[in-house]
Amino acid sequence: MRRNAPVKAPGIGQAIAEYGPAVLLVALVFAAWEVATAVWKIQAWLLPAPSAIAKAAVDARGLLGPHLAQTVLETLVGFGAALAVGLLMALLIDLSATLRRALYPLLVVSQTIPIIAVAPLLVIWFGYGLLPKVIVVGLVCFFPIVVGTADGLRSTDPDLIALLQSMGATRRQVFFKVRVPASLPGMFTGIKVAITYSVVGAIIGEWVGASRGLGVFMLRASNSFRTDWVFATIAVVSALSLALFLAVVGIERLALPWFYTKAREETWEEM
Amino acid sequence: MNSCPDAPCKLELTGITKWFKVDGVPLKALEDVRLHARAGEFVSLIGPSGCGKSTLFNIICGLLEPDEGQVLLDGQVASRRAGLVGYMPQKDLLLPWRSVLDNVILGPELRGENLQESRREAKELLPLFGLEGFADAYPAVLSGGMKQRAALLRTFLTHREVLLLDEPFGALDALTRMELQEWLLGVWERFRKTILFVTHDVDEAVFLSDRVYVLTPRPGRVRTVIPVPLPRPRARSIIASPEFATLRYQLLEALALR
Repeated sequence: MRRNAPVKAPGIGQAIAEYGPAVLLVALVFAAWEVATAVWKIQAWLLPAPSAIAKAAVDARGLLGPHLAQTVLETLVGFGAALAVGLLMALLIDLSATLRRALYPLLVVSQTIPIIAVAPLLVIWFGYGLLPKVIVVGLVCFFPIVVGTADGLRSTDPDLIALLQSMGATRRQVFFKVRVPASLPGMFTGIKVAITYSVVGAIIGEWVGASRGLGVFMLRASNSFRTDWVFATIAVVSALSLALFLAVVGIERLALPWFYTKAREETWEEM
Repeated sequence: MNSCPDAPCKLELTGITKWFKVDGVPLKALEDVRLHARAGEFVSLIGPSGCGKSTLFNIICGLLEPDEGQVLLDGQVASRRAGLVGYMPQKDLLLPWRSVLDNVILGPELRGENLQESRREAKELLPLFGLEGFADAYPAVLSGGMKQRAALLRTFLTHREVLLLDEPFGALDALTRMELQEWLLGVWERFRKTILFVTHDVDEAVFLSDRVYVLTPRPGRVRTVIPVPLPRPRARSIIASPEFATLRYQLLEALALR
């Protein structure tokens, strides 16, 4: 018998109550935008109507496809590298207080350097290929992963560690059976922040020099006053970021069912 | 009338003294603590807050080393004792990412024993510990009393003969607490472990124990030992007996001494 009642799948009514207001607001904004462009006869190169943008996106899907594929590739490779480096650094920081003192300030300083200024340098050093974009994505992503994981490892309840030691556990057992699982929620928090920024990182990398990618497409569309394509690309970038974020949330829910298991409480409402 | 007057000494502390440095100032936490527990005996430690009971437990279970004195298990000096006694801390400290079943087999798992076998044994004991049907549940869904029982089952399943219970019922409400005291006696009578039990509660100490050690405020020393010759098995009704009242008073007096 399973008594875990991991957060019940929300019903349709609940979903409407939860997301309805946001959807409605967005719909209203788009409607106002649509009406405004028609009433004031705004030129399409200045501000295209949402319907025109949607049409442009559909028309340009053959063009957008390969660019999207390129950006996804850069994002995923960059994110993967950031994950590997980030987890390794979190581990190093955790292993030694000296390393922590040496690395932590550097990590923080690394985040104060404007990526937009570094990106052209990366092109000079590494050319127009995949590498500079991967580096930009990695630079954007690794910091929240390091901080989230390192803090997660550090915040393990010392009493839990003492308990395992009293049971004769080795350092290795304490690490893998207590500290690693205890750090996972923190790690996922870092990953969620990182994945949200990752696509924008790839776009910045493409802006400063690339032959393919959504960033390049956006730049070209802008230069040729295809404002509808610019907007269509923005919509694609947003959708991609959102999809990646939701994928991470889904993985987290599967990996940490305990974290989402709450004591079942009755809700008492006034009648 | 001790329940096991002639049984061999399971656990003995020979004049344990422990110093700490607090803000650089040396502070004596424990002074010449001598106590023993015979096989199958239920011994309690009672004392004011800050009398070093937790320090003493940390020394017995091997997390700390005493500055003077020794810990003897079965009459032998136990220098590497981590894992040799079962320790149940005040908080339940269940691992939130593990099911109840995987939590309670932690001891055997750390020693690299057969997990299948341990799980089977744990499953058989779940009903006795009031956890039937909760093998796969995460600790988050358990009530306070159930968490303590799960923590106690984990301690029992370490298969150690000496169990240290540090105020296991301290955080529970009075009713649950009383219920668990009776239940604990039942479990103890069945398994006949040697139990060293820390409490702040005079009634709890008298109700459960064969002997009660009264500790002084810092530095913690053994002020006196009070035997509890109440017959066993004990039922809740015993608290209404004059003998219980006398012992309770005796214990309160010993605690109040200055």
